[in-house]
Amino acid sequence: MTDLGLHSGGLRCAHGVGGSIADYIALMKPRVMSLVVFTALVGIALAPIPLHPVLAVIALICIAVGAGASGALNMWYDADIDARMQRTASRPIPRGYVAPEEALTFGTILAIGSVATLGLVINWVAAGLLAFTIGFYVLVYTMWLKRRTPQNIVIGGAAGAFPPMIGWAAATGSVSLESITLFLIIFMWTPPHFWALALYRTRDYARAGVPMLPVVAGQDETRKQIVIYAALLLPVGLAPTMVGLAGGLYALVAMALGAIFLALALAIYRTREGRVADHAARRLFAFSILYLFALFATLLVEGSIGRLLD
Amino acid sequence: MADEERQERERRRRMRSIAIALALAGLVVLFYVATLVRLGGNVFNRPL
Repeated sequence: MTDLGLHSGGLRCAHGVGGSIADYIALMKPRVMSLVVFTALVGIALAPIPLHPVLAVIALICIAVGAGASGALNMWYDADIDARMQRTASRPIPRGYVAPEEALTFGTILAIGSVATLGLVINWVAAGLLAFTIGFYVLVYTMWLKRRTPQNIVIGGAAGAFPPMIGWAAATGSVSLESITLFLIIFMWTPPHFWALALYRTRDYARAGVPMLPVVAGQDETRKQIVIYAALLLPVGLAPTMVGLAGGLYALVAMALGAIFLALALAIYRTREGRVADHAARRLFAFSILYLFALFATLLVEGSIGRLLD
Repeated sequence: MADEERQERERRRRMRSIAIALALAGLVVLFYVATLVRLGGNVFNRPL
């Protein structure tokens, strides 16, 4: 416990007492988990086949634990990067509170447990999607893409987009065009969200050797890409209405939020120097989180009202 | 200092053990409740 060599070397455990419960919760990236649970809930709520409330809660627990497993496995593999970045240096492994092999075991048990439970209690389509999501996040994003290409977040972002599809599959036992539109919203939202963060954390990523777009292609190219993705996100945000999953209220909200998102992206494009530029990037990053919560909350509210009126 | 560290290590180990026990108990309850929900009214449909 006191002498921990990471797979990448260099880090030692200075803390001899082992991890607390809070450290293990931190390994599961609870803030990411909250977004995963919320979008999965919307997937369940909008599905045409209602899921028993108790089974819905169990499905959400499994999806949350699966997301936590992905987080723990990501922190296990990326501990060397995390130690070099200001934003992540206080995570349990870099601080020496949890041994890497403990994080690996913890993540693996949670991954297998969540997939098996979802399959046994709900259905194997949802369980298969959850397994694929965990595998995609850990193997494709964390181990393969993250350290190799500036497109890491574009392709790897798919992992974060699957939860509403898993929720939908938990209720219906299938994948459909409607659930794919929910996937597409998060998929298109992820790159500008993370690139806004990377714009004001460029040095952090460069120090850690992560080839984020601003590090590899420069800040100007990143600004251009953010505008392109924000412009694409606007029509993609309306896709649920186009396929009949959402109505007029949602369309209005999606248009308004999409327009604000695009305006903030254009503000990033125009302001390129000094603290004002930094501020613009922080503003888009903060708004992007609100955007996704508000969009899915509108879907949930509109869908629930529609159910009550039927 | 070493004694304090030992006490803290034991406290954390105890907390982890309790957390694992609670998680296992939760899993038992989860499967029990899920079985009841899945079976529905058939829970009572058995020969007496």
